[in-house]
Amino acid sequence: MRHIISLLMENEAGALSRVAGLFSARGYNIESLTVAPTEDPTLSRMTIVTSGSDAVIDQINKQLNKLVDVVAVMDLSEGDHLERELMLVKVRALGEDREELKRMADIFRGRIIDVSTDTYTIELTGARAKLDNFLEAIGRELILETVRTGASGIGRGERILKL
Amino acid sequence: MELTGAEIVIRCLQEEQVEYVFGYPGGAVLFIYDELFKQDKVKHVLVRHEQAAVHAADGYARSSDKVGVAIVTSGPGLTNAVTGIATAYMDSIPMVVISGQVPTSVIGEDAFQEVDAVGITRPCVKHNFLVKDPKDIAATIKKAFYLARTGRPGPVLVDIPKDVSNQKAVFEYPSNVNIRAYHPPGKADSAQIRHAAQMLLEAKRPMVYAGGGVVQGGASQQLTELVRLLGSPCTNTLMGLGGYPANDKQFVGMPGMHGTYEANMAMQHCDVLLAVGARFDDRVIGNVEHFAQVQRKIIHIDIDPSSIAKRVKVDLPIVADLKLALDELLGALRSSKQKPDAAELAAWWRQVDEWRAKGGGLRYKNSTEVIKPQYVIETLHKITGGDAIVTSDVGQHQMWAAQYYKFNQPRRWINSGGLGTMGFGLPAAMGAQLINPDATVACVTGEGSIQMNIQELSTCKQFRLPIKVLALNNRYLGMVRQWQEFFHGNRYSQSYMDALPDFVKLAEAYGHIGMRIENPADVEPAIREAFARKNDLVFMDFRTDSTENVFPMVPGGKGLSEVILAEDL
Repeated sequence: MRHIISLLMENEAGALSRVAGLFSARGYNIESLTVAPTEDPTLSRMTIVTSGSDAVIDQINKQLNKLVDVVAVMDLSEGDHLERELMLVKVRALGEDREELKRMADIFRGRIIDVSTDTYTIELTGARAKLDNFLEAIGRELILETVRTGASGIGRGERILKL
Repeated sequence: MELTGAEIVIRCLQEEQVEYVFGYPGGAVLFIYDELFKQDKVKHVLVRHEQAAVHAADGYARSSDKVGVAIVTSGPGLTNAVTGIATAYMDSIPMVVISGQVPTSVIGEDAFQEVDAVGITRPCVKHNFLVKDPKDIAATIKKAFYLARTGRPGPVLVDIPKDVSNQKAVFEYPSNVNIRAYHPPGKADSAQIRHAAQMLLEAKRPMVYAGGGVVQGGASQQLTELVRLLGSPCTNTLMGLGGYPANDKQFVGMPGMHGTYEANMAMQHCDVLLAVGARFDDRVIGNVEHFAQVQRKIIHIDIDPSSIAKRVKVDLPIVADLKLALDELLGALRSSKQKPDAAELAAWWRQVDEWRAKGGGLRYKNSTEVIKPQYVIETLHKITGGDAIVTSDVGQHQMWAAQYYKFNQPRRWINSGGLGTMGFGLPAAMGAQLINPDATVACVTGEGSIQMNIQELSTCKQFRLPIKVLALNNRYLGMVRQWQEFFHGNRYSQSYMDALPDFVKLAEAYGHIGMRIENPADVEPAIREAFARKNDLVFMDFRTDSTENVFPMVPGGKGLSEVILAEDL
């Protein structure tokens, strides 16, 4: 099953590699991993999308908690949560396609953030499926480049991961 | 007062009351070695290879309740130490390794003797640090010792660049450590303890399975009381030997691949299994599916939550300091009105005794023609009265030592259980002898293992360490040969040791006493003579039966009851 694990860790050099190394050393799967400092500059927040049996997820949680740098761990998929991924797509935009691509971006609530004579660069956020759907909708032949961040997640309502 | 980073390192070691450090100098640690030279509180033991420095620190820690300390230089010094660090990590040994690093100005430039120490050791340390500022050294070393010895112990690496050890900073040794994400477990949850007591009292076929955590956690006394109170059989893993007295009638021997038939059958057929500081290692429970097929309730007490339910499903997990948890459990059992069911226990013991009779305990066929390795260990036990600190290397001799030397006390049996590191025995014996100067220290080894760190005979000479080395020399990498016989059609691929050195002359070349023993009748007199030489290292080269195998044996991937007994062959 797919799990989305959020964690807070010391904002220190090498902390990310401890987490990534734990996954690779123990043969756990990482689908995506995003990390950035939080409002508390001493802490980084990491979102890991992974999958595995209940036993594997249990071990992942325990092993993460064991890292001396890891301050708190939460499996967001155990309850209600929100998930967003950012995608930048550069597309070939010529002739009739130009108007059509603008329309598609609007429908998916994307924004065109860069324009050249031949291209658009579109910014889109949402759940993974929505971004996949957008790529499908505009068609593979027009896509020049895509960049995706992987998921970030947060609990709904009062579900908070904080010190 | 401002001190250099190197002075701070030494002051920190003094603050931690470190008596011995094991190490090897080199460019990146020269400032630290200069400060070592200027004082005499922290004594340095110069080994001949960095792997041995770490194993010696390890033996020092295992045979005492102290943190072992090693110092190595950057690059090859550190990479040589990695095997030792991984060994300590697998067996949860408290250790601090200080490594030199190239100057901060050249880190990342592939400088001479540069290696990413933090990166290389990350998977095999409890934690590691790169110190970039001399003002951080004291706090970091304080943290390193704290992390190494608390919670589930383990090795911690502190990597210090050469310039940092030469720059000055104000020295103040912190009195406390605050690591916000690190909270080692303390007392167990009381409700869980009551639940565990209830399960154990209601058990018809209780069984206690205790591992290295009991030895490391200083909980042997509590374990012994508990097992006696329960009236159950008790097994100690390879790492846990001595945690419960081996001469006690409730002790059923070691479990696992080379465990006794009765220990394995009791593990398999009990109805409540109390696992204490043990982690259901593959060498202990064999095939995990086979183990899980039999219904039994498992209570697992461990300081490390990740050791619980890692390999087997557990009915009652208890995360706690073992000593505290067992104290609480004893209290709960004593205060309960219910007592273990004597009739059920008697029936259970009848069953265990049947297995004991069928398995025949540990046995081998002795010979007057050729020296049997088991006989050497039995004689060692007889002559030392079971009182020696016994280190071992890895292989058949290790298993025979574990089986035939009956350990009645903790911290007497020192071997590389988790990683299975050849070359461990002699350096570990050095550490054990230094911290226990009056103890009898015996290193049981093989002709293959000993050659992996035989250069340490030189260190033993320098520091006058009267270790007794018992090499069970069968001219084969014995355990490899055994597996080749069982699983590879007797094709002895590279397991034959050709061109062995003359170990007697080799020992003499290092300034020690060498003995060659070829006749079974000479075994006892030789061991007596060797151990009577209180001040000498004696290297005993026993020419043992090269065809002898270790039994019982549960082949890898098989279940605990699919055991090969000696008579099956």
